[in-house]
Amino acid sequence: MQIAVNVNGTEYSRVVEPRLLLIHFIRDELRLTGSHWGCDTSNCGACVLWLDDTPVKSCTVLAAMADGRRVRTVEGLERDGELDPVQQGFARCHGLQCGFCTPGMMLTARWLLDHNPDPSDEEIRAAISGQICRCTGYENIVRAVRWAARHEAAAERSQAGGRGDPGEGGEVA
Amino acid sequence: MTPGSEQISNRAYGPVPRKEDARFVRGKGTFVDDVALPGMLYGAILRSPLAHARIRSVDTAAAEAHPSVEAVMTGTTLAGRNLAWMPTLSADVQAVLATDKVRFQGQEIAFVVARDRYSARDALELINVEYDPLPAVIDARTALDPGAGVIRDDLAGRADNRIFDWSAGDKAATDAVFAAAEVVVAQDMLYPRVHPAPLETCGAVADLDQVSGRLTIWCTTQAPHAHRTLYALVTGLPEHKIRIISPDIGGGFGNKVPIYPGYLCAVVGTMLTGRPVKWVEDRSENLMSTTFARDYHMRGEIAGTRDGKILGLRATVLADHGAFNGAAQPTRFPAGFFHIFTGSYDLQAAYCEVTGVYTNKAPGGVAYSCSFRITEAVYLVERMVDILAGEIGMDPAELRMRNLLRPEQFPYTCPTGWQYDSGDYPRALRVAMDLAGYQDLRREQADKRKRGEFMGIGISFFTEGVGAGPRKQMDILGLGMADGADLRIYPTGKAVLSVSCQTQGQGHETTFAQLVAGELGLSPDDVEVVHGDTDRTPFGLGTYGSRSTAVSGAAAVVAARKVRERARIVAAAMMEVSPDDLEWSDGAWRVRGDPDQAAPIAAIAMAAHSGLQLPDGVEGHLDAGTVYDPPNLTFPFGAYICVTDVDPGTGEVVVRRFIAVDDCGVRINPTIVEGQIHGGLADGVGMALMQAIAFDPEGNCLGGSFMDYLLPTAVECPSWELGATVTPSPHHPIGAKGIGESATVGSPAAVVNSVIDALAPFGVRHADMPLTPAAVWSAIQGRPIRSDLAITD
Repeated sequence: MQIAVNVNGTEYSRVVEPRLLLIHFIRDELRLTGSHWGCDTSNCGACVLWLDDTPVKSCTVLAAMADGRRVRTVEGLERDGELDPVQQGFARCHGLQCGFCTPGMMLTARWLLDHNPDPSDEEIRAAISGQICRCTGYENIVRAVRWAARHEAAAERSQAGGRGDPGEGGEVA
Repeated sequence: MTPGSEQISNRAYGPVPRKEDARFVRGKGTFVDDVALPGMLYGAILRSPLAHARIRSVDTAAAEAHPSVEAVMTGTTLAGRNLAWMPTLSADVQAVLATDKVRFQGQEIAFVVARDRYSARDALELINVEYDPLPAVIDARTALDPGAGVIRDDLAGRADNRIFDWSAGDKAATDAVFAAAEVVVAQDMLYPRVHPAPLETCGAVADLDQVSGRLTIWCTTQAPHAHRTLYALVTGLPEHKIRIISPDIGGGFGNKVPIYPGYLCAVVGTMLTGRPVKWVEDRSENLMSTTFARDYHMRGEIAGTRDGKILGLRATVLADHGAFNGAAQPTRFPAGFFHIFTGSYDLQAAYCEVTGVYTNKAPGGVAYSCSFRITEAVYLVERMVDILAGEIGMDPAELRMRNLLRPEQFPYTCPTGWQYDSGDYPRALRVAMDLAGYQDLRREQADKRKRGEFMGIGISFFTEGVGAGPRKQMDILGLGMADGADLRIYPTGKAVLSVSCQTQGQGHETTFAQLVAGELGLSPDDVEVVHGDTDRTPFGLGTYGSRSTAVSGAAAVVAARKVRERARIVAAAMMEVSPDDLEWSDGAWRVRGDPDQAAPIAAIAMAAHSGLQLPDGVEGHLDAGTVYDPPNLTFPFGAYICVTDVDPGTGEVVVRRFIAVDDCGVRINPTIVEGQIHGGLADGVGMALMQAIAFDPEGNCLGGSFMDYLLPTAVECPSWELGATVTPSPHHPIGAKGIGESATVGSPAAVVNSVIDALAPFGVRHADMPLTPAAVWSAIQGRPIRSDLAITD
């Protein structure tokens, strides 16, 4: 069947099998390999990407279901050559080790901050609780999201004439 | 600064951001499944639904007729190439594709190569296998019963399911200590079967160049060089024609040390088709067929005095290795390093016996950040110390403090022969107790008990031995456990370090650059670290058992120091002084008494590549290499305290706090060290509370997906509270010790001790992991359950 999907702002039209999973469409057809496949059962979240404006586990979404819709992957987080604050936060706060869960975690974090710019640690943990990281024990992922939230708040204050950079804040320590 | 930590003098060390992250946060990592080659085919494996059965026939005709299928292989195909069986890392053999019998559920039977992933899976459905089912041996405790079926009838002369009997320590001395002791307590305990479950499953892309005969394998391997040698020995291909590339790896934890049948099938697939073949297992395949960990049925006995002196320890272990003995460990240590089970205490005598058995379950045993079975050893001794504390009515912290090895006893030779290199154990425990507010917690616990609330405080103190070899004592299939490093210094003073270890998230590209930078006065940005490609790196045994910093890191430092000495000779020629007149300080060779007359490495490197007349002793250029054969293991240690709240009505356990004080010697990059500890602590919580691979009586695996094999998420984990002490290793070039497995080794006992402590008012002395709500509730009712089997009486 023919599908047309807008991925990270680019329109793609492909003929696919109706059973093709969205994660395989993104990875194998479009060769956007930042999204990963990890479990098949919607438990690990390595395959999380946005369908329209919502994070979904793309190992249990058919590519056909994305027909006519927008997809955002890790490759679409960077804007105008600048890393998203969430990406910066993960790097600054050592929010990743092997890097396999990282794209999915960052896409959920981006969604969280879009809906809750100042989440508590509990809210951050709840937001990523459908995803598994085997390396970090989640501690530095929480710190990374918190850093991104503070960074964005500071940037807004800066635009409004307030003070700018949130500073290192000892987050890496 | 973290409480208890000390300043690190080397200015290249410290929490520098990781070089790796630039690609990972952009989704630009290259994992095995990201590799796509022109004309690449896809493999899929047909697996046995039965745990034990004779194979009557395998009919592949319909699969071969599938329009997208290029090849179908069975055990018969492989037998024709003498590849139906392969050696394991424990000197056993394992079926690549079954020929005679299947011996565990999920065992490999046939391999389909097709033009796309989905067709390969479709074709598996077209293969017809006829089985004669056999009774399965699932419970290790019945594996040696006279009536138990012999699983390994492929091995000549095999009359039962015994793999080995092994012992360590002084039996007579231990018996004497126990006979004379005031108090002796015994406890049976199970360290259940768990699985490392890295988020990236195992896979390979094999590509044989038909013209040159060169075989390239992109593979999820933690030990690329050892794998290359094994592929050469198994396939008969010349080793110099084999290249193993271990690209970005999505977590290993020991799961990616062995060679799996799927890898070899991909290799045979490319041989048969002349095209690259990719095989990537799915999650169920990963959980059901690749190496598991633990499955240790242990009986511990501890002897002591009423006033709290621990005298002796005994352990009797039944080790379930599954259907093939594929444990990945130094070959001469069939129980790994379990006999370090005297732990951190000053004992008079200790003795352990381990019996290994075959069962109709997936092979393995040594994996999952266990430091070659030290996690089992730590769990045993730390549970026994708590049980003794309960028996004599002493606070478990007090009992530990009275019996910990004292700093002046190091180097210390333990009753089973390990020589611990360095430690200050009481200090680490004190730092942990201060961080926890131990006495306040005990008061809170007492108050809560009066109100009918049940909180627990659990302590674990661990000592690990990591960084194998020495090669004289430790090898894997004859390959000595040493590691190489090559260091090239380019004319402009930039450096490329090639190492034989391989990162699966540990951040070697950063840490090892810091090591070299620290020796040569460079910035870590000036050092590129090459790893995970056998064509570009020197030989060595790889990354597992916390050996990268301990062995490869040492190699990197030794190579850098060779470079520095070579640079000294060149610098002397540059400055027209004797090398003896130079001293290395502040990142440069300087003339003694005239420190302004100095040459940093960049200037020396340019001179070394120039027309400068070089004196004897240097051939030009500064490059150096080495192979590091560690003189001993390094012995990291730590004190962990876990605070839990237990709901006696539901059996639910909440880990409220976890305090971890680790001493891994000098920390090169404290942020990376702490990150590894965080991850290991989550593993410990997972193993203690939720992770287990159980089986039903027919051998059906009940942990075959993440729906059934539960891993901790962010909501089950507390915010970890870390502390540090620094006791350098006296024999490591910079005083570092391994850290990668410490938290996984040390933390399960702290969580279990905490839960059992909470349950003390109910008279519960022990319950086996995982302490799920059902297990905790059953323990409170006085009916503890066996967590390794689905069906109980």
